[in-house]
Amino acid sequence: MRTYLIRLSLWQMITTIMLLMLGTLPAMALDRSAPSTADHNQFKQLQGPFTSGPEVTKACLECHTEAAKQLQETTHWTWEYKHPETGQILGKRNVINSFCGSATSNEPFCTSCHTGYGWDDMRQLPPTDGSNVDCLICHDTTGGYKKSPIAAGHPIYEFVDPLDKSLTRKTDLAKIARNIGATSSRNCGSCHFYGGGGDGVKHGDLDSSLLTAPRALDVHMSKDGANLACADCHTTSAHSVTGSRYLTNARDTQGIDVPGHTDQTRASCESCHGSVPHQSSKLNDHVDQVACQTCHIPEFARGGVATKIWWDWSTAGQLDKDGKPQTIRDKDGNLEYLSTKGSFRHGENVVPEYRWFDGQARYTLRDDTIDDSQLPLQINKIQGSHDNPDSRIWPFKIMYGKQPYDPILKHLLVNHVYSADDDTALWSNFDWAKSIKAGTEFAGQPYSGEFQFIETEMHWPITHMVAPAENALECSSCHARDGRLAAITDFYMPGRDRSIWLDRAGWGIALLTLVGSLAHAAGRFLARRRRKN
Amino acid sequence: MKRIMIYKRFERFWHWCQAGLIFFLMFTGFEIHGSYEVFSFGTAAKLHELAAYALIVLWILAIFWHITTGEWRQYIPTTDKLGAVAYYYLIGTFTGAEHPYRATTQAKHNPLQRLAYLGFKLGISPVIWISGLLYLFYNQWADWGLGWLSLENVALVHTAAAFAMLIFVIAHVYMATMGKTVFSMIKPMITGYEDEPEEKPSKIK
Repeated sequence: MRTYLIRLSLWQMITTIMLLMLGTLPAMALDRSAPSTADHNQFKQLQGPFTSGPEVTKACLECHTEAAKQLQETTHWTWEYKHPETGQILGKRNVINSFCGSATSNEPFCTSCHTGYGWDDMRQLPPTDGSNVDCLICHDTTGGYKKSPIAAGHPIYEFVDPLDKSLTRKTDLAKIARNIGATSSRNCGSCHFYGGGGDGVKHGDLDSSLLTAPRALDVHMSKDGANLACADCHTTSAHSVTGSRYLTNARDTQGIDVPGHTDQTRASCESCHGSVPHQSSKLNDHVDQVACQTCHIPEFARGGVATKIWWDWSTAGQLDKDGKPQTIRDKDGNLEYLSTKGSFRHGENVVPEYRWFDGQARYTLRDDTIDDSQLPLQINKIQGSHDNPDSRIWPFKIMYGKQPYDPILKHLLVNHVYSADDDTALWSNFDWAKSIKAGTEFAGQPYSGEFQFIETEMHWPITHMVAPAENALECSSCHARDGRLAAITDFYMPGRDRSIWLDRAGWGIALLTLVGSLAHAAGRFLARRRRKN
Repeated sequence: MKRIMIYKRFERFWHWCQAGLIFFLMFTGFEIHGSYEVFSFGTAAKLHELAAYALIVLWILAIFWHITTGEWRQYIPTTDKLGAVAYYYLIGTFTGAEHPYRATTQAKHNPLQRLAYLGFKLGISPVIWISGLLYLFYNQWADWGLGWLSLENVALVHTAAAFAMLIFVIAHVYMATMGKTVFSMIKPMITGYEDEPEEKPSKIK
């Protein structure tokens, strides 16, 4: 009986341990996204053939009656965002950034990333008919749907064989339409990884390496990690995606997102990890002032794709001796100079810069008067301070460069860089004067006729490429005389700060005491020797 | 010559544990302060905290011991022979004079020691403790109604007290060598016993 009892408890122990071990594994039994209740292959509407994107969208809208209306309410469609705090009208339609400058006047090129078709004049709203919404760019699962870089949002309908130009391959829109599904990271990445004109160029923490990320690069997106898709955190409601950079929640005090109780968005670390995520209470004491990203993203652009950190437009336009545009690469193979765009510097494994951030950024818009004696000009000025309770220390990629501005009227200038056929676009004519005249005229921007280049910097909050916990920063990365937070001086930090006078006095008196003791000892020693003699 | 017990077992245990902990706290503390890097900041901070808690426990024991045994009276300041002892350290020790004070179980510290240790116990230590605990519980200040404190001031007070401790330790260690021989005052602190002298020990009221 006694043996039986012991054996039973042993079995219980083993079962418990096994259950515990199972419990620590992710829930593998369930697919991340629930299988659809509809097989789109069987839908008559989707059998095609389709000759254009809008035709496909019309078919989609026959069942998804509200989808286009929903999407047209979102910033993905309007490219416009009224900031509730600063009142500024932001969005790609309005801002000037420190990469390509202005989307306005370069529409068919820049709007190739619009979730619609045919927005070729950004002074107007995007075309209102629902059929102009692009469903496939976000819902294609085949990988066969590619937006043309110069067609105002339309896909490449016909691929030309690079070896034999007579051979073409049509994009099978019907097949793509029949295989639509939930938005994957590849869908989001097809635009967001390539912002600024190439893979990884703009954000630094978003590039194509995330699609095949090892765990060390991104614990969330890696197949060996949580295997999450973008939309798992950037949750949607009526096609509106949460987690916009224009109004960042720099300090999520709601903690774990519970459906029905909180704000229904998981686009913050706290939404899943809560507000006391560490075992060490001292680390938890940091979360009110230090963003998770600050310690857990030790560097960005870690996936082997370089990000642009310097873009000097002022050197653009220099042609080689044959009058041809130049392409110069640096020793790492990254672009160093393009006649079309100017000079670049790229970086991999870049250490972020750190700033207090309360989630607000005030943009220098094209109507804003600038102070060209204060360099560099802040394209988006990050708000926040130690004394502001909504602020935390955040990591940033700071993009540096030089951009055209009007030295008389004191504002940034709209640059016209792309056109298929006019003689003013910089990328085909390499003439700044023409480019800016055309750009400002198109945008209706006052222009004195003079332009110069001003040094600018733009802040990009770093929030992706979260490293495994074991690769997070050490305490001493910041708690050091010349650590990572050396630039943020509005608070006292142990290990970094001190009163130099207290230190001098303390060490000085200690040294005097020591020297005095030694002198006293020497005196005793000599006196005793003399007495003995 | 007979031997008498001056420092009891607990007292010696307390003294040397405290000495070890204080050395360790100073070593880790000045690393946290940024003066050098040995353990790395995070480890140093963790060890510093652990050692501080150990020292708190030791102090609680020591306070209990001092109260229950009445040994706290050893630290009542006196001016009797204060001048003589000071004179000895300044002059007498060079001329080969006898130390004017002899420890007994009733009065084991000379008047200068009494003053120094009282300063240590009622001055340096409480300042270190209070500033250190405040420093440690920085995140709770708002809940405790201490939101008006500034971390910088608390940190600077703690640093200043640490320097005072360092200076005390240097002087204390050196003065411990100023007995009849270099180790004659340190030995009873280890063994507990002091050799009974021929003449009568001095008394302190």
